[in-house]
Amino acid sequence: MASFNLQINNRQYTVDVEPDTPLLWVLRDELNLVGTKYGCGIAQCGACTVLMNDNAVRSCSLPVSAVGNNKITTIEGLSENGDHPVQQAWDEADVPQCGYCQSGQILSAVALLKRKPQPTDEDINAAMTNICRCGTYIRIRKAIHLAAQKGGKV
Amino acid sequence: MKQASLSRRNFLRVTTLAGGGMMLGFEMLAKALPETVADEVLFSPNAYLVIDPKGIVTLMAPNPEIGQGVKTALPMLLAEELDVDWQKVVVQQAPFDDSKFGNQSAGGSGAVRGRWESARKAGAVARQMLVTAAAQTWSVPESECYTENGFVIHKPSGKKLHYGQLTEKAALLPVPEDVKLKDPKDFTIIGKRVRNVDNKAIITGKPLFGIDTRREGMLFTMVKRPPAFGKKLKSYDDSATLKVPGVKKVVRWKDVVAVLATSTWAAKKGRDALKTEWEDAGPLESTPDHDAAFRKLIYTEAEKPVREDGDAKKALANAKKVLESVYEVPVLSHAPMEPINFFADVRDGKAELYGPTQVPGRCRTDVAKALGIPEENVTLGLPRHGGAFGRKLRSDNAVEAAMISSIAQAPVQLLWTREDDMQGDFYRPSSVFRYRAAIDENNEVNGWYLIAAALNSGRPSIADNFPAGVIPNYRNDAHNLQSNIPTGPWRAPTHNAVAFAEQCFLDEIAYELKKDPVAFRLELLEKAKTPYGNINFNIPRFRSVIELAAKMSNWGVQTPGRYKGFAAYFSFHTYVAEVAEVSVEKGKLKVHKIYAAVHCGQVVNLSGAENQVQGGILDGLGHAWHSALTFDKGAVKENNFHTYKLMRMDDAPPEVEVQFVPSNDPPTGLGEPALPPAPAAVCNAIFAATGKRIRKLPFGPELA
Repeated sequence: MASFNLQINNRQYTVDVEPDTPLLWVLRDELNLVGTKYGCGIAQCGACTVLMNDNAVRSCSLPVSAVGNNKITTIEGLSENGDHPVQQAWDEADVPQCGYCQSGQILSAVALLKRKPQPTDEDINAAMTNICRCGTYIRIRKAIHLAAQKGGKV
Repeated sequence: MKQASLSRRNFLRVTTLAGGGMMLGFEMLAKALPETVADEVLFSPNAYLVIDPKGIVTLMAPNPEIGQGVKTALPMLLAEELDVDWQKVVVQQAPFDDSKFGNQSAGGSGAVRGRWESARKAGAVARQMLVTAAAQTWSVPESECYTENGFVIHKPSGKKLHYGQLTEKAALLPVPEDVKLKDPKDFTIIGKRVRNVDNKAIITGKPLFGIDTRREGMLFTMVKRPPAFGKKLKSYDDSATLKVPGVKKVVRWKDVVAVLATSTWAAKKGRDALKTEWEDAGPLESTPDHDAAFRKLIYTEAEKPVREDGDAKKALANAKKVLESVYEVPVLSHAPMEPINFFADVRDGKAELYGPTQVPGRCRTDVAKALGIPEENVTLGLPRHGGAFGRKLRSDNAVEAAMISSIAQAPVQLLWTREDDMQGDFYRPSSVFRYRAAIDENNEVNGWYLIAAALNSGRPSIADNFPAGVIPNYRNDAHNLQSNIPTGPWRAPTHNAVAFAEQCFLDEIAYELKKDPVAFRLELLEKAKTPYGNINFNIPRFRSVIELAAKMSNWGVQTPGRYKGFAAYFSFHTYVAEVAEVSVEKGKLKVHKIYAAVHCGQVVNLSGAENQVQGGILDGLGHAWHSALTFDKGAVKENNFHTYKLMRMDDAPPEVEVQFVPSNDPPTGLGEPALPPAPAAVCNAIFAATGKRIRKLPFGPELA
């Protein structure tokens, strides 16, 4: 066991875990931030996506020891009231079916929009590699364009 | 007289028990109600709805939400007849209590279908009682009163009372047996676009799913199971496991060794440290063995066909030309995004369970039986599912969690890894279809002979599928290939395989006869008016979707560089015709657009319905394009998403245009029927683009 100081959703946390514990399980089991989902454990499906600084990372394959001082944002910390433009767009486009992958999808979309505020369909294809087993890709694409229209502050 | 009232205290008791403290909707409700009125009267003429004195309407969603939208659609039925403002209702997942809610399963695209009458009646009964209560309050005839957005209004005077003001009086009234339901033209909620009631909770990451369950003293549990079908546990050594920090217990149940720990990661490391010895307990089968057996079976006549009209063999023997094709589909895994999990706390002869099941009734029975306790000692909470697709029609996950909890004497949250999930599934069976069509002197199809074979399946083909009833000499044989690989229902069972084969073969015939594929289908449908044997499809509905899809897609007019393919199929009483528009360049397929015309009776939630159709199409297409699961000596070769490929954004058609044939007939299924025709529509378009017939799925490797 080792102690780690983590900056998550603008708060400081100290956890005492094995250094090789993936950030995913620290979030879910130690900090009860269960919005970040487990889907494959091998960085394939993206259900565990969180933001590290402004980049989308797959927390199932990121050992807690590698997080350091980087700022982590999970779905719970994306906005105070669930009204981040991407969250709003997801609701307006009525994207979710089962909903399980959507926190990861949303964070991937946020990272994309930070990099490219007006993404093309090709940009979306390249950046959005998360799996949605229900097949809501059409509405995910629509929601990303919608969020881009809402402009600026993502 | 049935009781129509419920005290707040009782309601609290009922809902907290049922939800196991995880019902967010309930927390909202509790906050909304003043806390000083524990004994105030709530109006609840049936289990489906509760109205409090403030006018807050709580609607129960009785069936499990697996992504098919019933947590939104079923309460819409209640709200429509209750005449309340949809924006103001609180929707809750109902507790599992089949004595109150009847069949609470999710499967066979049946929830909305099955509750169309009863859910609306439950709302209408309450509305009727509120009208009576208001009329009595004002001493006016009921006929002078009407309801709107949660109010009863006296038309002549304009007086109005909100439902909350009437709860006390309404609760004392007898519950009417017979109530009048609305004329569809008066619907204000049914048929409209309504957003998923859990959107806000989903997009903010609230703990909605079974995997999110957290309880005092709960141990995170992982299991090690046999590495192959046909192997069983001989022995295990847990000495290294027990040294892993956080590991609390190791227990065995049958061929499963469970590691219980204070965190998921500790459980996983403990499992990795476990030494196990396996021994053979049956044949160790490989996919090439199945393929070879299929090849024999499809050239073997069955002793008894599953359907026979006329004499297909004779028609084939006398045909001017015989068309013959063999179609193959692989084994698929359900792979819901949320891996298998279940919470169980078994102690003192009682079991508390919480987790994803599509069949709560059967789940409770199975758990009680395994534990040897009475069913009434099992409570079961119903979380939202992270997908199901048929996987949770069996309760192996619940039984395993309950047995581990019972043996270890600890509350457990069982979690399978993705590898466990793919190696421990019951699968969509692989199957093979050999079609032969006899073309006569008049260029008509007068004979049809399908021999189908499937892995461990009670239904390799669907005997009465179109064009049965249209062809004078028709025969369908079906062989089951016995195997120890477990198989079972996967979204649109059997349909998901046979639709591809049948709809592609019809396209082949149309091409051979130099007929337009749409015109050819309509011509066959016309013949169904004087059928051979029984027909089990509705001709006008079938025709309506074929014509609509053709119109939507401008069928017959070619867009430069794009090619169209057509398929039409019915399942779960719903008719779907699809047109795919594709291009293929250097072996790279691009699906530009899919058009879908759907007849599903009355659409309940337009947004949810459209989502189901689009999702069903992408589900069917994605698997047909990329996915296959194979076995090597009983072991699954593709055990995670790096080798078991699913569709991602870059392959998804940017647009799937959906239109529903307007109808006020009772709703038919919608969670599944859009899936089956999608692979064929795309494969037929690939043929139009390249001249290459796809007869084996997945087609991705075939195109390359």
